[in-house]
This record gives sequence, structure tokens and C-alpha cells, in this order.
Amino acid sequence: MSRPENATALVTGASKGIGSAIAKALAADGWQVAVNYRSDQAGADAVVKAIEEAGGTAKAFHADVTNGNGKEFLKEIEGELGPILCLVNNAGVARDNIALQLTDEDWDVVIATNLTPAFRLTRDSLRSMIKARYGRVINIASVVGPRANAGQSNYAAAKAGLIGMTKTIAAEVARRGVTVNAVAPGFIATDMTAELATDEIVKAIPARRQGTPEEVAAAVRYLASDDAGYVTGTTLYVDGGMSA
Amino acid sequence: MAAAITEENVQKTVFEALPQFGVDEDAITRDATFEDLDVDSLDLAELSQIIEDEYGVALKGDDVGKIKTVGDAIDLVLKRGS
Repeated sequence: MSRPENATALVTGASKGIGSAIAKALAADGWQVAVNYRSDQAGADAVVKAIEEAGGTAKAFHADVTNGNGKEFLKEIEGELGPILCLVNNAGVARDNIALQLTDEDWDVVIATNLTPAFRLTRDSLRSMIKARYGRVINIASVVGPRANAGQSNYAAAKAGLIGMTKTIAAEVARRGVTVNAVAPGFIATDMTAELATDEIVKAIPARRQGTPEEVAAAVRYLASDDAGYVTGTTLYVDGGMSA
Repeated sequence: MAAAITEENVQKTVFEALPQFGVDEDAITRDATFEDLDVDSLDLAELSQIIEDEYGVALKGDDVGKIKTVGDAIDLVLKRGS
């Protein structure tokens, strides 16, 4: 089945980094894109501008996806652009520390930002997707979770949680034409990882280099496409071989 | 504008919705059980959405879990909407 008219893709945390590249890639593939941001309005506006200059359609939407008002947020987007038939749960934060030193607050913030909103937004957007008999949910997980990374037990728990959730919801809705997949980036060059990019870390990656946001976005673009209609419940690693 | 919640309207909505889930139209009666019709929890969740969109009546998961027959579903909508 092919993508219905007016189909809108919502990308959370899309003002910079991987989210911004995903928004641009989906727009280039013909999706109308809702560019969500929490604090960086200038970044979100720049993403919208870049999409429009390339001939696409996009609009910036402010929302803190952790606050539980997802239903109103989705309604606002659907009213302005069209039914959300692609949801990319990308918003995330890191609060690193080894478990012995990790505070309750840093645990809670990471789960509340990286995992819980992904579930709620998925649940609340499935309605339109099921109605349309077409939908794409793509959760941005991480190579950390399936794989250990000392200092990130909270982040690993949230990202592994996304992968587990992806599989189960995929099984629940597959027969309505809705696919649910995860993309697991490895070490990608963004602001979030800039200070971590030491030679030692890069040497440990089989590809011997960091990935780019665009390389992650290309995987999302594929999973969101009509061509990926029979791909569901899987995790696509974009990690230069780190998980191999 | 939500449709009037009458037994006739609700029955029509339910009878028309079920074939969208692959149910054989001829098998749909008030007494038919969802189990016999092979209507599962995803189908019932979608039926609830259709009813909410049409009549503005939200059926809770707990309520929906208890209904066994097509008639139960219709009666539940009439009860919640009254």
C-alpha cells in the first residue's frame, strides 16, 4: 500500500543533530514534517527553512514531550498539517555516571525523556494510523542497550526498553498496515557526542570513523517508505559495525 | 456533530464496522460472540474508536474487556451514552 495524501511525519527532538537530519530526509521523501523542539526554536526554524528551500513542507511545533500533554500536541499537528502517519521518537538526553554514583534524579530524567514519551506518543498516534491502514513508527534507540557502555546504565535501560517496546507494539498492530521499528545508531557525530570523540573511541569502531546524522536519517527514511511495508519489529543498526 | 445514540444507529455502526476486521457479514448477529467471529482485542479497540468518533462515547478498556457478544457491545454504547 502506498502512503496516503497529506501524510505527516512527526519527528521529536528535531531541532538539531540526528533529529534534524531525519526531518530533512523524510521531507525529501515527500512527507510533510512536524519539526518538534523543546528549547531550541532557532534550530527548529532553521530545519523548517532548509526543508522549505529544498521544496518540502514542514512546520516547527514546540512541546516538551515529557509533560504528558501528547494528545493535544498530536491534535494540533494534525489540525495544521494532516494525519500523523509516521512518528519518529527521537528526543533524548544523556545523564551519564557509573551506577554506583548515579542519582535517582538522573535515572528518572533519562527514563522520563527517552522512553516514556515514546510509548505515549506511539499509543496516541496509532489511532490515525490504524484508521488509515498505514503507519510507520520509528524509535531511535542506540547501540548502547543491546551492548554495554559503562556510565550509561540509565540510557541503556531506556534504549533497550525502546527496542522491547518496538517488538511488542509491532506485533500488536502489524495486520493494520502499521509497522514499528527501531534504528540503533552507534557513535554519531553530533553536539551530544562532540566531547567524547577521542581517537581511542573511534579506533574501537570497526569502520574507524564516527557516523553522520545523515547516515542514520537514511535508515529512518527507508523504514518510513512504502518499500519497507513488510519490515516490522526489527532494529536496524547504523553503527559502523560496533554491534557486529 | 455526533450521531443520535439510538439502538438502530449503533447496531448499524457496529454491523458495518465488523466486516472491516475481516468478519463474514452473514455471521454478524446480536447474539454472535466476538470469539466466534474471531474479533480480538485490537479489533475491539478499533471498534471503540469508531464508536467514539461517531457518537462521542468513550468506552473504557475495562468495559470493553467484559463484553462477549455483538449485542453486549451495542448495549454498552447505549448505556454509556444515556
